[in-house]
Amino acid sequence: MCLAIPGKIESIEGSNDDILNLKGKVNFGGILKEVSLAYVPDAKVGDYVIVHVGFALSLVDQQEALKVFDYLKQMGELEELQIP
Amino acid sequence: MKYLDEYRDPVLASQLSRQIHKMATKPWVIMEVCGGQTHSIVKFGIDTLLPDEIELVHGPGCPVCVTPLETIDRALAIAGRRDIIFCSFGDMLRVPGSTTDLLSVKALGGDIRIVYSPLDAIKVAQDNPKKEVVFFAVGFESTAPANAMAVYQAKKLGLKNFSLLVSHVLVPPAMDAILSSKSNRVQGFLAAGHVCAVMGYTEYFTIAEKYKVPIVVTGFEPLDILQGIAMCVQQLEEGRVEVENQYVRSVTKEGNLHAQDLISKVFKVIPRKWRGIGEIPNSGFSLNNEYQDFDADLKFKLGHIKTLESLQCLSGLILQGIKKPYECSAFGVKCSPESPLGATMVSTEGACSAYYRYKR
Repeated sequence: MCLAIPGKIESIEGSNDDILNLKGKVNFGGILKEVSLAYVPDAKVGDYVIVHVGFALSLVDQQEALKVFDYLKQMGELEELQIP
Repeated sequence: MKYLDEYRDPVLASQLSRQIHKMATKPWVIMEVCGGQTHSIVKFGIDTLLPDEIELVHGPGCPVCVTPLETIDRALAIAGRRDIIFCSFGDMLRVPGSTTDLLSVKALGGDIRIVYSPLDAIKVAQDNPKKEVVFFAVGFESTAPANAMAVYQAKKLGLKNFSLLVSHVLVPPAMDAILSSKSNRVQGFLAAGHVCAVMGYTEYFTIAEKYKVPIVVTGFEPLDILQGIAMCVQQLEEGRVEVENQYVRSVTKEGNLHAQDLISKVFKVIPRKWRGIGEIPNSGFSLNNEYQDFDADLKFKLGHIKTLESLQCLSGLILQGIKKPYECSAFGVKCSPESPLGATMVSTEGACSAYYRYKR
């Protein structure tokens, strides 16, 4: 029900003067769906958005998205140091 | 798919699991709030990767599960009418009401339509001007932006044949209710990532402070959940009480201000009943005065329908993390996803359904 999945914006329709009607075509692993971009008016083509029931709820921060892997990498290095 | 697959890497998951094993020295009870997280935990076997010290209990964050029996009965009272097209998200159709469910009403000829988005229901109303179109607006804060937009657009379009049966609930008041209960066992929380994507997480500072529980805003993929647990365990072990954000790629502290703005224009905060738990103060949304014409409860005079919950089903205790699904005598015997007694067995995000499907 609260499932929201990331997809890539392929195109945008509408203008920033009327943000409530901003729409875009979003690609979910090959499936294109029309999604309201009313709540992410700063989104650009190529951005990833988290979509729930036809609405983009947030922009995926591509820098932050990599941080979990940095965290894991650090942990991995720590683990290696601990092996006698 | 990008931003999904890489967060399911089994090698990295086992690395996180080892880290949690090393960190945990004492027993801790952690609750994941959201049903989507419960489903991921059981589906991917995340619970089996944890040390014995860490017990995960499953929270009330499944809107399908907590929609009160009374609201289902109100939906059933109008869904079969010839002048009504009843639109709903698919997972509400099998939730048992007192005597039947929406799917059975549909099978008997009721015009009940499954929609992907509330905006689809608006389209149905435009295409069927001679029918009344009712949308079953259930959900948490994550669904509120979509439902708020549907009502806002309906008013702008001057639609007279569209209304919402609203059963919107809010996460922080439910966390407060769980933590203030005498039988509470929860020592740390994984907060629901997509709810926070909309609302931010400033509301959680007061809860963390008041009850001295760490709260980690967490995503939905296996690595997200494992990292959320690791961050929560680390706080518990170090005696820290903070609100932390694991799901930084999608959640900011202030949340989505555009969405919050429209939500506050359309909805007002009211006390709401939760199936299995009872009424919780300030725990839901209803349409505010400006949008009352779109309130199906008022339009179809449904207020007189009151239903008491069954005592047979343990879902209330399960939703508060007090009991596990297999501790219920009906689990898997009288109650299964094919013939559910209560809502935690109906929705795939319900704890009972997840335990049944993945044989816990």
